[in-house]
Amino acid sequence: MKKTRLNQVHREAGARLIEFAGWEMPVEYRGLIDEHLAVRTKAGLFDVSHMGEIIVDGPEALALVQYLTPNDASKLLPGQIQYSALTTPEGTFVDDLLVYCLSVPDKYLLVVNAANTDKDFAWVKEKGAGFKAQVINESNRYSQLALQGPLAQDILQPLTELDLSQIKTFHYAYGQVAGNDSLVSRTGYTGEDGFEIYTLSETPDVIWKAIVARGESLGLQPVGLGARDTLRLEAKLMLYGNDISDKTTVLEADLKWIVKFQKGDFLGKAALEKQQAEGLKRKLVGFEVVDKGIARPHYPVYIGGQKVSEVCSGSYGPFVKKAIGLVYLPIEFTAIGTEFEIGIRDKMAKARIVPTPFYKREKK
Amino acid sequence: MYPENLYYSQDHEWLKVEGEEAILGITDFAQKQLGDIIYVDLPDSGKAVEAHQTLATVESVKSVSDIYSPVTGEVVQVNQDLAQTPELINSDPHGQGWILRLKLKDKSELNNLMKAADYEKYLEGLEK
Repeated sequence: MKKTRLNQVHREAGARLIEFAGWEMPVEYRGLIDEHLAVRTKAGLFDVSHMGEIIVDGPEALALVQYLTPNDASKLLPGQIQYSALTTPEGTFVDDLLVYCLSVPDKYLLVVNAANTDKDFAWVKEKGAGFKAQVINESNRYSQLALQGPLAQDILQPLTELDLSQIKTFHYAYGQVAGNDSLVSRTGYTGEDGFEIYTLSETPDVIWKAIVARGESLGLQPVGLGARDTLRLEAKLMLYGNDISDKTTVLEADLKWIVKFQKGDFLGKAALEKQQAEGLKRKLVGFEVVDKGIARPHYPVYIGGQKVSEVCSGSYGPFVKKAIGLVYLPIEFTAIGTEFEIGIRDKMAKARIVPTPFYKREKK
Repeated sequence: MYPENLYYSQDHEWLKVEGEEAILGITDFAQKQLGDIIYVDLPDSGKAVEAHQTLATVESVKSVSDIYSPVTGEVVQVNQDLAQTPELINSDPHGQGWILRLKLKDKSELNNLMKAADYEKYLEGLEK
């Protein structure tokens, strides 16, 4: 099992550690609900060093990123970030990812899911063979901390020379954090304002401890992967393997906004254009369980007594205080308010399609 | 730390015998393993169960755990407070967080269960 450079810090904090994607990661510190609510109301600090970092470097780096992803990376300037995907020729997902523009047009950082890092690296390398660009897997060199929540900026500002108010959402800047050279981006996976801090330093624990020391009295808590999952679900952020996969297309996942057909050719373009022209047969929607019970991944979904699907992500949302989830339904049943049933053990529980995200923060 | 007047099962349920009936709950160890409990799926009163059958289901945010009946019997009462405040199982697992009351069919089955000292030893074995 791989360990992040913060492993010892988690042990000292009394975290419960689990194996996740080959890494030993904290799943919970003080308690999932407490941690979840701290992020929504104050701030939370996550170790997400398990995430994958792949660098694409060379004169045709942009051309390769454009070929591999449906969003338009040519719109990015250095300092800007874009949510996108690695798509198959069928328009389904190899993974979803963030594209960081480091230099136009020759250097991009792809931040990918821990569970997919090796697969993604092999994919980018293979598809990029004809491009003048090197593909480098830097995943084990980077540590990544996420500081999320309404107090994130207040907590981080005294620890860095960067003017954080100048870093807009989906932008980044280079600077020191607690004396360690870092890339600080205004991004996250919680639905809150916040920052992700990438560093090649061998002492990311210094950053961690400085943030905890500064934030603790303000209500900051360390947060494990358990609350990370419930936070991202409330914000309807996709989880590869649950909500998107190589069996679901970008359009079915309701991510049309990351598909830019006019930008030129990319993997999956023809398949997605065809699907768009013919019309979707199914779509990912959000639901609330109306009856008692919590819908979990793979629970069967019924309409008119017929099994039509299975739950993708499904959990209790600690902030919205409801059992919520995502499911692919036949397109004729995807209107808001449509009711259907979920098999929860030996009972049928009524569920209803609701607008998403389940939680949206109020903008200041 | 585990009350001496309770019986304990290997699946981390406890029983408190009162005459021909017994109150059932899950142990402090079990609630810690589960984390924040948010839902308890309770059986109907009158349900007959055999030893080792599923009696109820306890859900935390991230997990679902079946509660097995350590003995044969019939459900005579369930803890209605858990519908509104399932977190009682976290805050007071051996008291207010009780789950249900069973009418015992055969009290000799209690001999298969552990007393507090044995349960504590059993837990030490698990933690090694």
